[in-house]
Amino acid sequence: MTENNEKVPCAPVRPSPEAAPDCCAPRGLKAVPCCGGGSASNVEVHYEEEFIDGRVETPAGPVPRVHSMMGIRDLLGRWRVRWGIGRDRYRVAPGIYAIGAPDGDSPVLATANYKVTFDILRREIEGLDAWILVLDTKGVNVWCAAGEGTFGTEEVVRRVTESRLSEVVTHRRLILPQLGAPGVAAHQVRKGCGFSVVYGPVRARDIRRFLDAGMAASPEMRRVEFPALERLALTPVEITGLLRPAGWASLGLFLLAGIGPGFFSLEAAWQRGFAAVLALAAGILAGAVATPMLLPWLPGRAFSVKGGLAGGVLAACVAMWTRPYLDVPAALALLLAMTVVSSFVAMNFTGATPFTSPSGVEKEMRRALPVQAGMALLAGVIWIGGAFIR
Amino acid sequence: MEGFRYLEGVATLRLSEAACTGCGMCAQVCPHGVFAVAGKARILDGDACMECGACARNCPAEAITVSPGVGCAAAILNGWLYGSKPSCGCS
Repeated sequence: MTENNEKVPCAPVRPSPEAAPDCCAPRGLKAVPCCGGGSASNVEVHYEEEFIDGRVETPAGPVPRVHSMMGIRDLLGRWRVRWGIGRDRYRVAPGIYAIGAPDGDSPVLATANYKVTFDILRREIEGLDAWILVLDTKGVNVWCAAGEGTFGTEEVVRRVTESRLSEVVTHRRLILPQLGAPGVAAHQVRKGCGFSVVYGPVRARDIRRFLDAGMAASPEMRRVEFPALERLALTPVEITGLLRPAGWASLGLFLLAGIGPGFFSLEAAWQRGFAAVLALAAGILAGAVATPMLLPWLPGRAFSVKGGLAGGVLAACVAMWTRPYLDVPAALALLLAMTVVSSFVAMNFTGATPFTSPSGVEKEMRRALPVQAGMALLAGVIWIGGAFIR
Repeated sequence: MEGFRYLEGVATLRLSEAACTGCGMCAQVCPHGVFAVAGKARILDGDACMECGACARNCPAEAITVSPGVGCAAAILNGWLYGSKPSCGCS
């Protein structure tokens, strides 16, 4: 057995030796909510007791058996990582697991070792007799890991070999999630370990129908979708990722707010600064929550346009509502600033969507960033200038 | 993915019909139905391509090229600022 399986059910989830700590972008610019995780972690986390309920004997030794039940800790854990807390440590030990009472003919389903992914799989295949091959994707979901190459040909071959899968099953077929395909070359896996790859459906909930149809996926099982609930699930991590930059921006706004005819006024810093921070928060909500939710209905293709519109409309509502307290420069600055904040934040949501191409995002950014910078500057000039012409 | 279309005419996806053997893997792995295979593959809807690279990676005939990556503004910004390859947190 592999090292991991011998130690189950108490095996700590450790980064594999390949998870070199230098794999990550420099610290401090990690506010990239699209994929998350991926870094080596030295924290030992124990989750196995939540989902392992026995062992299955195989010619390659005992294999831990998992159940399909979701406990309160699974739900809380999922909620927690949705907010971006401890996401890169939410891992399952790589290796083979059994579900139900599989034998040598049972299908082998490969997956990532992000626990949210693993939980969805074991829940959706309740009642099946199957083997689950968990790859070491460093705690990242299948699609993002495939893009990074950790859900990749090499890892599939290595995991099949190390776990002695060829002794556990008599067939030579691996069912991979379709979204693993950007990282895995099916023909090379076959060359590397003798197992042929069959790409299963995009979503785990279709696996049963896929198997019942003799491992055939219907066209809709092969298509990615982006329903409202999925978009909503992605918004908390967008917001938490923005907390730090928003904090710094708020500090800057309070400082700028004090500038006026009397050089610097603490009272103005507090009052005008508070209003500006509220406008910033409203702009972030427009870009990180309203825009994702209204995505298919907002006009335009570019996210900066969609976000700008959402922010602009919201700003107009806020301006109408707060009209008694706003002078003309403040109203103008509010409109411009909320539009630009929402536009920029919405543009960042491209990373969380399953349909934006890097070429497209780059083109959009080349056009949008100068406009956004210009509008932000204009908003600042009008806002600060307004303090002098009261 | 009705209602979810991104910029048009930007995807770097190219298919060499001469090299294509018609195995159909591209159509199988594509999450956006970009390909149709009848005898040989052809690009049915190139503007739906998100450049994930699944088709090119799984084409045994190497008939497909695409410059794959993450369509993520923060990643591209990181790439510009630090002169590195666009990175979604981890290379």
